[in-house]
Amino acid sequence: MLRVDIEKQLGEFSLSATFTSEGRVIGLFGASGAGKSSLVNMIAGLLRPDRGTIVIDGETVDDTAAGIHVPTYRRRIGYVFQDARLFPHLNVAQNLDYGRRMNSLAPDPAQHKRIIDLLDIGALLDRRPGKLSGGERQRVALGRALLSKPRLLLLDEPLGALDEGRKLEILPYLVRLRDEANVPMVYVSHDVAELRQLATQIVMLKQGRVTSFGGVKVLT
Amino acid sequence: MLELSPAEWTAILLSLRVAVIATLVATPFGIALAWLLARKDFWGKSVLDAVVHLPLVLPPVVTGYLLLLTLGRKGLVGGFLAEYLGIVFAFRWTGAALACGVMSFPLLVRPMRLSIEAIDRRLEQAAETLGAAPWKVFFTVTLPLALPGVLAGMVLGFAKAIGEFGATITFVSNIPGETQTISSAIYSLIQTPDGDAAAGRLVIISIVLAMGALIAAEWFARRATQRLHGN
Repeated sequence: MLRVDIEKQLGEFSLSATFTSEGRVIGLFGASGAGKSSLVNMIAGLLRPDRGTIVIDGETVDDTAAGIHVPTYRRRIGYVFQDARLFPHLNVAQNLDYGRRMNSLAPDPAQHKRIIDLLDIGALLDRRPGKLSGGERQRVALGRALLSKPRLLLLDEPLGALDEGRKLEILPYLVRLRDEANVPMVYVSHDVAELRQLATQIVMLKQGRVTSFGGVKVLT
Repeated sequence: MLELSPAEWTAILLSLRVAVIATLVATPFGIALAWLLARKDFWGKSVLDAVVHLPLVLPPVVTGYLLLLTLGRKGLVGGFLAEYLGIVFAFRWTGAALACGVMSFPLLVRPMRLSIEAIDRRLEQAAETLGAAPWKVFFTVTLPLALPGVLAGMVLGFAKAIGEFGATITFVSNIPGETQTISSAIYSLIQTPDGDAAAGRLVIISIVLAMGALIAAEWFARRATQRLHGN
């Protein structure tokens, strides 16, 4: 479902990664500066590889040799950023509905309700993002990404900006998401405990290179 | 206490019409230019920026004269417009609106540009990952977030347009009922014996209009900050 084979030069830093995964949750593990975010941004199409290919769900979204670069908005991916990035001028309900509107999808009340229940955000719908706690924001961001019906969900350190207590509050939602939402995920983190709980496969990055690849047991 | 004569009313209403039209027509161009200057790097950007600001530093009479040279009936562009499209600016109220639009453009663009520059571009990236094509990102994220700045620019532009004098009188003269705005009416009145009282009334009107516009612009700027913080 996800095939990556890319090279990218970012200033002094060179990133070169190759892996193929069928896993439900690919954990992208590495220290900060290992190139995790750049790699995810390339999968999202926000960054263009210098050379290589990216295939999502059978569709080639990047192929430098063939001159293919599918723009981000046509990749049908969901992206949850570390800093939520909710739209400040829209309330929670409008934020959640944004992806559906942009993709001109028909309303799907059943899925809408399922995701709002799954993430426990029903009570927040009328609020503005400025009035939410960090954990609430992250849950809304998750819901917003899922409701755009992505074929791949990218999560870039979604718990990175939260304190320990909040992390423990969100983690169960992520586990439920993995088991119930049926969307493959790429989960970026530098936290071994988080990945042990969530990931089904691990890609380990070190200074721009994949150093190991396999089950969760490579995290030792 | 403010008993206005019909002639004074005519000048006030004409000023309002000229300033409203000038602002409404200039706004789409202002937004486009503000976006271009805030977001794009291109060859000649600093020249374009300077040209936009030129009316702010040039003597207004020069701007008005340049308008007359290009858009007057014998002007290069004006001759063409009059001959083939029947559009005439010189000595018409539309010309006054054009002169006011040009003169107020730098003030109109500036708050728009600043508010676009202040937008967190990562929000636009987020919109893109949710499936929004670039033009949809502009209309659903960029423009709504910049809206208070856009309105502030319109208010400032309007305030400048309503007070414009030099370029307008040079380009379209001072014809009561056609091109005589508040400013040119005041100018005529203070040169007339016994015109002081009427001039004074119009002076008060222009102070009120200008103050109102500045207060409105300030209010919109505050709203902009609140909006960006999501409250």
